[in-house]
This record gives sequence, structure tokens and C-alpha cells, in this order.
Amino acid sequence: MTRERDLPRYVEPSFLRGLTASRITRRDALKGAGALGLGTFLAACGVGGSTAPSRVNWVWDKATKTGQLDFANWPLYIDSTQDASGATTHPSLDQFTKDTGIKVNYSEPIQDDPTFFAKIAPELKLGQATGYDLMVITNGIQMTNLQLKHWLVELDPAKLPNFFQNAAPRLKDRSYDPGNRFTIPWQSGFTGIAYNPSLTGREITSFEDLFDPKFAGKVGMMDGNQDTGNLTLIGMGINPQKSTPKDWQKAADKLKKQRDDGIVRKYYDQTYIKALSAGDTWISMAWSGDIFQANLSAGNDDLKFVIPVEGGVIWTDNMCIPVGAAHPLDAITYMNYVYQPAIAAMLAESIDYVTPVPSAKDAIDKDVAQTTDPAAKQSLQATAGSPLVFPSQSEYAHSYYYRELTPSEAGQWNDIFGAVILT
Amino acid sequence: MGRPALRLRWGRALAPYLLVLPGGAWLLLLFVLPIVTLAITSLQSGDFITGFVFSWNFANYPLGLQIYSEQYVHALEYGGSATIVALVVAYPAAYWIAFHAGPRKSAYLLAVLLPFFVSFVIRTLAWETLLSDNGPLLAPLKAIHLLPEDVRVLATPVAVTGGLAYTFFPYMLLPIYASLEKVDRRLVEAAGDLYANRYQVFRRVILPLSIPGVFAGVLLTGIPAVADYVNQDILGGVGTTMVGRVIEQQFEVNTNYPLAASLAFILMLGLLAMLLVYQRLFGTEEIMGG
Amino acid sequence: MPAQALPRDPARRPAAGVRARRRFRLGSLLLPAYTHLVMLWLFAPIIVMVLYGFNNTHGRLNIVWSGFTLRWYANPFSIPTMTSALVVSLITATLGMVISTVLGTMIALAGHRYHYRGRTILDAVMVLNIAASEVVIGSAMLTLFISASMPLGLPTIVLAQVMFSIPFVAITVRARLAGFDPSLEEAAQDLGASPLWTFLLVTLPVIFPGVLAAALLAFALCMDDYVITSFVSGNTLTFPLWVYGATRYGVPPQVNVVGTFIFVGGGLVAVTGALVRSWRSRRLAKEAAL
Repeated sequence: MTRERDLPRYVEPSFLRGLTASRITRRDALKGAGALGLGTFLAACGVGGSTAPSRVNWVWDKATKTGQLDFANWPLYIDSTQDASGATTHPSLDQFTKDTGIKVNYSEPIQDDPTFFAKIAPELKLGQATGYDLMVITNGIQMTNLQLKHWLVELDPAKLPNFFQNAAPRLKDRSYDPGNRFTIPWQSGFTGIAYNPSLTGREITSFEDLFDPKFAGKVGMMDGNQDTGNLTLIGMGINPQKSTPKDWQKAADKLKKQRDDGIVRKYYDQTYIKALSAGDTWISMAWSGDIFQANLSAGNDDLKFVIPVEGGVIWTDNMCIPVGAAHPLDAITYMNYVYQPAIAAMLAESIDYVTPVPSAKDAIDKDVAQTTDPAAKQSLQATAGSPLVFPSQSEYAHSYYYRELTPSEAGQWNDIFGAVILT
Repeated sequence: MGRPALRLRWGRALAPYLLVLPGGAWLLLLFVLPIVTLAITSLQSGDFITGFVFSWNFANYPLGLQIYSEQYVHALEYGGSATIVALVVAYPAAYWIAFHAGPRKSAYLLAVLLPFFVSFVIRTLAWETLLSDNGPLLAPLKAIHLLPEDVRVLATPVAVTGGLAYTFFPYMLLPIYASLEKVDRRLVEAAGDLYANRYQVFRRVILPLSIPGVFAGVLLTGIPAVADYVNQDILGGVGTTMVGRVIEQQFEVNTNYPLAASLAFILMLGLLAMLLVYQRLFGTEEIMGG
Repeated sequence: MPAQALPRDPARRPAAGVRARRRFRLGSLLLPAYTHLVMLWLFAPIIVMVLYGFNNTHGRLNIVWSGFTLRWYANPFSIPTMTSALVVSLITATLGMVISTVLGTMIALAGHRYHYRGRTILDAVMVLNIAASEVVIGSAMLTLFISASMPLGLPTIVLAQVMFSIPFVAITVRARLAGFDPSLEEAAQDLGASPLWTFLLVTLPVIFPGVLAAALLAFALCMDDYVITSFVSGNTLTFPLWVYGATRYGVPPQVNVVGTFIFVGGGLVAVTGALVRSWRSRRLAKEAAL
């Protein structure tokens, strides 16, 4: 391990360069992933290693533009407005159709990664098409499984010039998909703590605040093993990537005590946001973009989001093409398309998670200047100025990706944390 | 049951089988066969990535019982108390509708059924809103200090039980109503004529005659209530997980099909045992309508 | 009316009547009040649902009341994914209703008119079907479809929904048939009517209300099912699945509007049915009087 490996791996290389006068190359990135365990595993399975035969040309040589794209996304995870007739439209998709002639059949069947994976897996296992050309999957156990099972089409870098030009540099170096062989990011987000200051009566800064007996029955934790497990490890000062099953057990014990002491109200899925908005919880584990939306809905600024001083989780949702996709060329055309700053800005203005295109900020600033409606202007300014859409170094500096898990480790992880959460 | 003994032609002899065949085949292929594959799946071993193989792996059963015994207990607890709540709430209302609602009887029955036209997911979400700590039900009581500030209903077993009782309420009320409706009014009058007071009439005549309806209601409410997980998911909190949720999670999230199948099989066998006891005691005619 | 058939001791009547009246006063206040409270309980979540369809919320969450608006009613179908899920639900529910009503009615007819081998088994399967609980049936079907390599989607949803509706239809129609004298059918056949005409002219008119009720019940069951459908739906979303998924992001007010439509629509159908029935029976009574 070199010095730079000990730093968070998603730090901007320019920043890193300033510190260490060294530079991450793709080979380093691969080595780094190997050192973390998963890379070795993927390589052994013929997925991530450089020895694996490339399948790039095999797909892309015969791929032709069909003018159609079946896009599976998460609900409310794209820009949308209502047109004159009141129908919801997605301006960025319409723009895409206008520019490329590709019609998008947009659907939102993904409610969480495990369930969606369980739904498409039987079809993929049979070698059948899923019916989707493009899907958005979070880095995590299911992403690993998709790669292990060879269920993702390998991307042709030559068809993604916008990505290589405009993506935040740290997104070209992700340990769960070294070298962007199978995925490029859609949006990223942080897992941290949200709270209502008027109810907690104080500002929240630390992970330990989630364990304060004063908030007994008013604390929301997440039911996802990955979010809760990783944030707890980070809160205990353990780097998830370097954590061992022993650490996991320690974290689970801490969570178990919190549960048995009556501090946790409930392990929530994304419905935590409803509990927080209704005042049922005062303080809760949360995802960054939701809080912005909740305040917007209620028309106030009651809720606050903070990345705890101990650190937070950063995750990235990724666009990828399942094998058997009928329209792969249309899919990769779209993947490239959304990496134009103007399009990324359209998305960011609506989604409020971390955009993968930093230069989208200029596009939003331009929109701010052009907008006359004060409410819209204010909303755009909030987006442009939000550290949760355009995070600064300090947000990244103490955020970690999920612990990467081989399938057997994933089983162990789920058993340990599931025993606390699913009771 | 009038069996046309005369003119027994081939068509006659075949007719019932032709009538039953399509529906029976549908049930056979999509109910019996799945239960068989469920049993087979429950004896497999392996994992999702490398694949499952059939190996008489009975270990799934003790494993499932050992890890999730608490969730089975929760299911019985909440499903059972919800059934009792539904019974206690439904019986007097069914009684009043059957005996005293007069010409508006069917209007009341309709009113019982109407809310259930709306998707139960939406109704359960509405209960979540209603029962919220500062929601329309609790906030006023807290404001006038009838309830202490830190009392909550949501995310407790009470909310789960109430939600279950609500969700399956018509399954309780309708059979009870049907059996009360069938009670011969002459018997009631006769009892009155024989100096029985209203309490005695109820106790000695009406109640015994309505017992089949009560048991049908208990069965129709209890079984789905024990196996439900949506109510618990939306209205429950820490430590209220019911076994249905575990089965769903093991299938849909962890893709551990054998363990999930064995958990489902245990649940089914448990419910089946209860059904057999029930049938021994009361027969199944009341559910099957004769 | 039937009570008058019983001979009575006139001397005893007044006393019994007075006693009954005194008791009745308490009952006439307490029980109806109680029943109406139960009604309120049943409608409480519906009230919330309707109310929040008028909430002037600004973002994607519909939790905090922010004033009255009609704008969701202006464009209730403005969310394409929700609308397509609703369309899927209407398709599956219609197919499920038609198929299960035909098959279930056939089973009920067979059981009514004939004795046949295997009836006990079929009845047992139908009771088991109700007793097996949704989560078991759903997971069992999933294991079958997976091991049979059947792609999940609209066809598997319909297969499943028909399956769980058949027993309910059979039971409902059988209940209607229970009061029907088969000698009427025999008489028709003796008069030279073919079995088909006998069915169309004699049997169907008699059991039609039962068949209609069964069809409505099947439609409601299919439309509302969450648990079984969630197992066998693959990537196809029905309306309840969409709503349940949307809970994670905030159920938009359009769901409340569509829910209100379903409620009002279902209510209108049911109320119309009830009115027609009471009108018909009144007319029949009049005709009989003439």
C-alpha cells in the first residue's frame, strides 16, 4: 500500500496530485481494487482482470441504431414537468429524441436494488432479454453479482466521448467497476443524518447523536443492510473497505444495543422521509437528495442534512446495459448524451443528487440568469449552491463507498446486520 | 341435491367433469403444482450465484425455525389478536344490522364493503397518516393533555394489530352477518314468548345459531392476518416483523430460495394444522357454502 | 310475517312487548351508535385519502397539509408510469374477472347439479387455497415459474389472479344456487329444452345476481391484490405495486385522486346494483299483489 492508497480513493486526482505529486493511472486503479479484495475476485472470475478476453467488439460490431430505447429507472429520478395538457413529460428525454431520433420507452420499475435484481435475475439466468436496454443500479452487492454473472454488456469507450471529457475525474476511478468497463454513473448521493432542529433542540453533527437516549423512539435507521452497516462502521471510526467480519459484528452489536434500548423507532426504507416530515422521527439516517425534496414539498426549510463528522457513505447509481438488450447502441448513445453539461444540468435541477458532470454548474448558473420567475430562480440557485449537488472537497474528504463484498462475504454481512434489522 | 337418476346418458355422466375440468385443471396446475415445487425448492441447497441443487437438504427447516422463531411468534400474536379485535368489533355491528337495521340493511352492508373498493395499500398508508405521532387522531388528545406527549401508536404492535383487524374486517363481519340473518325469527319470538329476557334470547338462541358464522369469520380473517406483512411493514416498528415479511425478503431480496421456501412451507403447515383442527370441530361447509 | 304463523298466547303478549320495548330503548341507542362508530372507523382512511387529493403540495411528497387545491383533479392521469400501471391493473382484473367467473361458476354448477368423483378433493383444494395464505401461494408460484423457466409478466399475473379468484367465485355462486330447486331445470328439460337453453333460460336468470356479485368480487380481488401479484409480476407493475413502490418517494396526490375515482366508481356500481335489486323486488311484489 502506498501513501495515496490510504486516502479516500475518490478524491479528485488534481487534489491528490498536489499532495503526493503522483497520479492515479488506470493500472493503479486496478491494483488498488485488487488490494481491496474484490478486484482480485472479479479477475479470478474473469470479469475485472486485464486477462479476461474482451467482449467489447463482439457486441458493438453488429449493434445498429434502432431508434428505440427501453430505459428502466427509479421512480422520480429524472427531470419532469407538466405540459399544457397536464401530462408529465421528461424534457431531457424529449430533447434526446429530438436530437437523435431515438424514442425512449421510459419506465420506473426499480424500487430498490435487491428486489429489482431478484426480478430480472431469473430472466437473465435463462439467457432471456430483460426487456430493458438501460438500467440504473447502485454500486453494491447486486452490481457485483451482475458483473460476476456476466450479465452486463461491456461498454465501448469510443462511444462515450462526453463521459471521458465531462465526468468528474473521481467517477473514472471507481473500485467496483475499474476503468468503467460496464457502467458509467447516473447520479451519486450521500448517506448521512437528517434532522429537524426545532425538534431535536440542537444542531446534529455526530453519528453518536443517533444513539442519544434523549431521542428515544424518535430515531430512524435504515433497513438496508448496506447503508446501515457501512454508516455504523464509519461512525465507529472503521474504514468499511478495510473492515473485517469481526468489525461487522462489533457494529451489529452497537446497533443491537441501540435497538434494545428503545432508541430506534423503526428501520425504514425510503419511507423514512415521510416519518421525518411528519415529525414521527426527529433524527434519521437519510439520503442527501431526499431532504431537499421534503423541504420543497412542505414549503419550508425545517429539515437539515449533515454528513456526520465521523464520515458518511457515498454511493453511485450507475447506468448499465443488461445482456440481451435489443437496442444497445441506442442505450450507449443515451449514456453519452446525458454527459453534456446542459443535459446534466437539466437533470440536476430536478433530481438534486450529486450530478456526475461538475460543469453542469455553469449551465445552471446560466439558467438562473435567464429565469424571471422568482420561485423558480430561488430553486435553481439552491441547486447550484447546494453542496449535496456539487459537493466540495470537504464533503468527499470523509465519505466512503460501501464495503465491497464477494458473494460469500455478502451472505455473512447480510446475516450479521439482518439479525439486528429484520426483527 | 337432485340427482337425475333417470335418463342417465353419457352426456349426463360426463357433464360434471366437463364443467369442473377447466377450473379444476387451473387450480391443479397453479396451486397444487406450485406447492409441490415449493416443497422441492425447500430441500435444495446452494446459492443464487452458483445455482441451487436438489439435495434433500432438510436442514433448511430447523435453520429457518431457529433464526426466525420470533417472527413466527409475532405472526401468531398480531394475527391472533387482530382476529379477536375484528370479532369483538364486528359481532355487535353485524347483530344490529341483521336484526335492527330494517330496510336499510343492504345499505349498511354496502357501507361495510365500500371502503374496500380502494386498494388496501392506499388504505394502510392513510392509517399511517392518521396514526402519526402528531397526526389528526393523537395531536388533539395530546393538546388537551389527555395523552402524554411521548405516547405513540405508529410503529408499535398496537398499530399492526389494528391495521390487520381493519384490513380483514369484512371477512369477519360478512359471515357473522350471514349466519345471524339466517337465524329464524320465529325462534327468537318463541324464546321471548317462553319468558326468556333479551339477554337470555341472545345467549341461548341467537349466539349458538351464529357460531358457525363466527368460526368462518375467524378462519377467513385469521389466516390472511397471520400471513400478512404489508400492515406490519407500513404500520409496525422495531421488533414487529412477522414471518410473511421474512419469507418475502428471503425470496425477493436475498434470493435465498430454499430457505424462503422452507419458511413458507412451515407457515403453510402451521395454518393447515389449524384448519384441520377447525374442520374436525366444525366442518368446512360454512366456508364452502354447502 | 313468518312469526304470525306461530300461535300465541294473547295474554302473554303485552308483558313481553313492554319488557322488550324497555330493553329496546337502550339497545336502540347504544347499538346503532356503536355500529355507526364502526362505520366511521371503516371510512376513516377513505376520508384521509379523499382529503389529501386536494392538498396543495409543492414537491413530490404529500404528507403535510399545505392548503386546498383542485389542480390534481385537473390532470389526474398526468403521471405516465402510474397511468400505465393502472391500465395493467384494469387489464389483468378484467381478464381475471371474466375467466374466473366462467370457471368458478362452472364448478359451482357441477357441484349443485351432480355428484361426481373428486368433488371432496376439489373442495379441499379450494379451502386449502384460501387457507394457504397469499405469501405462501405467491412464493410457491414463483418457484414454479422459475423452475419452469416461464418469463414473469402480464400472463403470469393473470394466471395467478384467476387461480386465487376461482374459489371465491365458486363459493359465491354456490351460495346463490343453494336456494335453487333443480327440479325447475328438470321440468324445463322434460318440456324439451336442450341443456344449453335450460341454462340460459332457467338457471342463469336465477343465479345471475350471484354470478354478478362473484364477478365484482373477483374484479375487486384482482384489482387490489398486492402480495401474490408482487411475487409473479416480474417487471410489470400493477396499480397497487406502483403505489407501494411510490411510498418510498412520496405517494403523489394523483394516487389519492385515482383512488377517489375508484372508490366513487365502485360505489356507484354497487349502489346502482342495490337500487335495481330493490326496485325489481318491489315491482315483483306489486305484480304478485295484482
